[in-house]
Amino acid sequence: MIELAGINRIFTVGDTKVHALADISLDVKTGEYISIMGPSGSGKSTLLNTIGLLDQPDSGKYLLEDREVTKLNDVEQAQIRRERIGFVFQFFHLVPRLTAAENVELPLVLSGITPTERRKRVGDILGVLGLSERAHHRPDQLSGGQRQRVAIARATVTNPAVLLADEPTGNLDRSSGNDVVSILEELNHQGLTLIMVTHDPELGRRASRRIRMEDGRITRDSLHENA
Amino acid sequence: MKTLDIINFATSALSGYKLRTSLMLLAMAIGVASVIVLTSLGEGARRYVTNQFASLGTNMLIVLPGRSETTGGPPPLTGETPRDLTLDDALSLYRSHAVRYVAPVSVGSAPVSWRQREREVPILGSTSIMLHVRHLQMSRGSFLPETDPTRAISVCVLGSTLAKELFGNITPIGEWVRIGDSRFRVIGVLASEGVSLGLDMDDLAIIPVASALSLFNTNSLFRILVEPRDYSLLTRTKKIILDTIRARHEGEDDVTVISQDAVLATFDKIFLALTMSVGGIGAISLIVAGILIMNVMLVAVSQRTAEIGLLKALGAPASQIMVLFLTETAFLALAGAFIGLLLAYLSNWLVMQAYPDFPVHAPLWALIAGVGVALVTGLLFGFIPARRAAQLDPVTSLSRR
Ligand SMILES: Nc1ncnc2c1ncn2[C@@H]1O[C@H](COP(=O)(O)OP(=O)(O)OP(=O)(O)O)[C@@H](O)[C@H]1O
Ligand SMILES: [Mg+2]
Repeated sequence: MIELAGINRIFTVGDTKVHALADISLDVKTGEYISIMGPSGSGKSTLLNTIGLLDQPDSGKYLLEDREVTKLNDVEQAQIRRERIGFVFQFFHLVPRLTAAENVELPLVLSGITPTERRKRVGDILGVLGLSERAHHRPDQLSGGQRQRVAIARATVTNPAVLLADEPTGNLDRSSGNDVVSILEELNHQGLTLIMVTHDPELGRRASRRIRMEDGRITRDSLHENA
Repeated sequence: MKTLDIINFATSALSGYKLRTSLMLLAMAIGVASVIVLTSLGEGARRYVTNQFASLGTNMLIVLPGRSETTGGPPPLTGETPRDLTLDDALSLYRSHAVRYVAPVSVGSAPVSWRQREREVPILGSTSIMLHVRHLQMSRGSFLPETDPTRAISVCVLGSTLAKELFGNITPIGEWVRIGDSRFRVIGVLASEGVSLGLDMDDLAIIPVASALSLFNTNSLFRILVEPRDYSLLTRTKKIILDTIRARHEGEDDVTVISQDAVLATFDKIFLALTMSVGGIGAISLIVAGILIMNVMLVAVSQRTAEIGLLKALGAPASQIMVLFLTETAFLALAGAFIGLLLAYLSNWLVMQAYPDFPVHAPLWALIAGVGVALVTGLLFGFIPARRAAQLDPVTSLSRR
């Protein structure tokens, strides 16, 4: 589903060049559960942002569902982000003035879906994630775990093809972190492709495919039986 | 994104930051209000002057001694002074069919006294016709009698203030007052008229024109007021007057005839220009408001970087972000303009309560211009922050906390 070939991403800061992604090639099949680990600065986030079309590679080829997406313009890329990609961030990134339900509704609003349809889908997903009680709370009235669950609801309410999670538990304690990962795994069981960056080896080991990055390169890529 | 959703998003963003929004609204409202209030005052001044003229009758011609300077022509070689405008000149105008009223006017100043009380006031010399041409009302007695204008009879009509100052509660009719060195019998008191074209009609005395000329020991009239039989005869009457006087003055064109219309048109122009320029001053405050909105919106964009990055990550193209932020400023401008309108009407109302005589009026063009300029400045100055928001890099905006 995702095919990366010879992807390079170079940041120039002053005189120095940082090779954030160095000749990355990667194939991801539908329904896979991938964890990406590696030291800080190894390019994990940059890789995720490239897959999620938030960042443009300097060279290389990227096919998403057999479409060469790097050649698309801003409007077309935005449409793919809207319909095919879900993002979950370490810092949740909920809009503080909007309620949980309104935050979840946001991608549907951007897609121009009718209010009735929106309300139904938001209600459904909040129910699935056990957030129905919290629908009308604002982010500052929610716990960290609840916030991240709202963010997951927002990322999946559009039925994307792939869910990209960048350290989704980085700001949570172990127990709510485990809850969040369980939810992600449950969504993966239902067929959603899941790529998760984590610093926690224990969480990383739960994935069936484990990728290790160092200095912008993939140094290990191994398949495992699910724990 | 649906239009309604765009509006909802913009208003929720605005109501999410109440202090900032109300400051921007205030700036916009003051800008719009000042445009409208300033132009209303200018328009009020214009109407005030117009009304003053209208109360004199706009179809009146005024004959002044001396040639109008505006016509150019060679300067007089001998430095001659213009010939006097005499009572006989005025009488000669009676003969024309085109003329309905002729009122010779002589003006001077003299002390008016009754018993121990004395008051220095303007003395107006005229005829019974004055009552009609200046639309005067009597509160007591009668106006000057309809007699031969060349006869100096010793009667006078007092303005209401003068009558009160001299006589207090005593009825002045029939009493003899001293004006200058002569004695005059009071035959009437004017109703309160207020100030008309700079002359306080309440604080003067009116005597027959012949009496006034002998009182001031002169032959020269201040001016002659002429009212044509019909408004359409205005230009013809003007020519008749000039021809008649020229014939009497040995072929010299030494009088000026002005019509109220011309004066009015000039005042109208002056006040329109005045109104537009004060409106322009108001517009500057609108632009200041626009700049304030721009700065505050730039701050808003940098404060909401994460939100903008998120919207991009969720699939909003740059153009959509642009539209969202422009909608916010458009809303600020519109709502600010609306509040400004209310403010303007409120202050106009207050001015009208304080000065009921002054016809404050918000001209329609000022309303349209005020609101239009508000919207244009809002969008113009909102453009830069909106573009900055649209161009934000989602990765860097999301990496910041
Ligand atoms: N916008 C940028 N400008 C300059 N350099 C950047 C930028 N973004 C990333 N980098 C550099 O690219 C390299 C990879 O960054 P990236 O964020 O992908 O690392 P990471 O593996 O996600 O690290 P971490 O575990 O700390 O999140 C780092 O050296 C970083 O300094
Ligand atoms: Mg990272």
